[in-house]
Amino acid sequence: MRKTLLTFLTLSVIASIIYSCQNSDELKQQIYYTNGRDLYIKHCQNCHGANGEGLGKLVPPLTDTVYLKQNKQKLACLIKNGSDTTVTIHNQDYEGKMPDNAQLFDIDIAQLIVYITNSYGNKQGMYKPEQIAEDLKNCK
Amino acid sequence: MKSARYIYPLSFLCIILLFAACKQSRTLPILGPRDTKEVKNADGTTTVDTVYKTIPAFSFLNQDSLPVTGDTFKNKIYIADFFFTSCTTICPTMHRNMKTIFDEYKDNPDVMFLSHTIDFKYDIPSKLKKYATKLGVDGARWQFAYGSKDSVYKIAEKDYLVAVMEDSTAKENYVHQGWLVLIDKDKHIRGAYDGTNPEQVAQLKKDIPVLLAEEKK
Repeated sequence: MRKTLLTFLTLSVIASIIYSCQNSDELKQQIYYTNGRDLYIKHCQNCHGANGEGLGKLVPPLTDTVYLKQNKQKLACLIKNGSDTTVTIHNQDYEGKMPDNAQLFDIDIAQLIVYITNSYGNKQGMYKPEQIAEDLKNCK
Repeated sequence: MKSARYIYPLSFLCIILLFAACKQSRTLPILGPRDTKEVKNADGTTTVDTVYKTIPAFSFLNQDSLPVTGDTFKNKIYIADFFFTSCTTICPTMHRNMKTIFDEYKDNPDVMFLSHTIDFKYDIPSKLKKYATKLGVDGARWQFAYGSKDSVYKIAEKDYLVAVMEDSTAKENYVHQGWLVLIDKDKHIRGAYDGTNPEQVAQLKKDIPVLLAEEKK
């Protein structure tokens, strides 16, 4: 009886170690997500809304999963430099101007992108600051 | 033993009275500075009357380039605020909240809205029209007012008691407060609510029916 209990305990310890190793990436993503949400509330929520719903035809919503997926490499430029070109979201043209957020660092932008692309119906996983640095080199 | 017979009716009466006290209707205060004036009565005596802060006559251009004046809001209650169309800080939140109230009262012509732009350089009526349409506002119940810098800034600070200013050091050139000011049909200020604060916006939503009930009397 005692032997089975010990074997069971050892096995479960080993299992949980393996499990937590696999989860360190996930944990990092969760930290990015939480920090990203704070940054979102501070820099984005006024216009894009608490639920990413946008504002009428003035501000585009962040619920177009297809747009966010197809334009993921352009999001860093959009957030950092703003935009004054028309975007089409859910087949609706939005022609307003988006202000820049030049003060944000690469890691902030990475956290914001992780938050946005994993909220409001999006589920795109992790995005790293190194990828942001790469994306920002290709800004138009 | 005889007194016991009165206890039940008495306690019943007490409970009724308590309920009656609860039902006492709430009225909104009249805000702003006050003055007094002496009034001569018919019998020759004089009494002192309170003069409440009143929004004076004004005339601006609305989103359709038509005049919007105090008479536009005759016998209506309205919610006034100050904003500008290119603002990306507090204005979108204010107008998101105002829009929910606008939609709630879309069948009630007695509740109106008046947004003054403080960007006298850029926000001409055609720009305001574009903004209103995109916000999803149609018709005359929500007026977007354009006026000279002097007239708008003066009515903001002296009458609606909202601070607005041009500030070249600010990122978007203008600084202003996000009050939604509730005005009754006598043009008195009956409430001021921070349009970016969900709790205060909820309070405004509770106060509108109170004011409407008062105006009906």
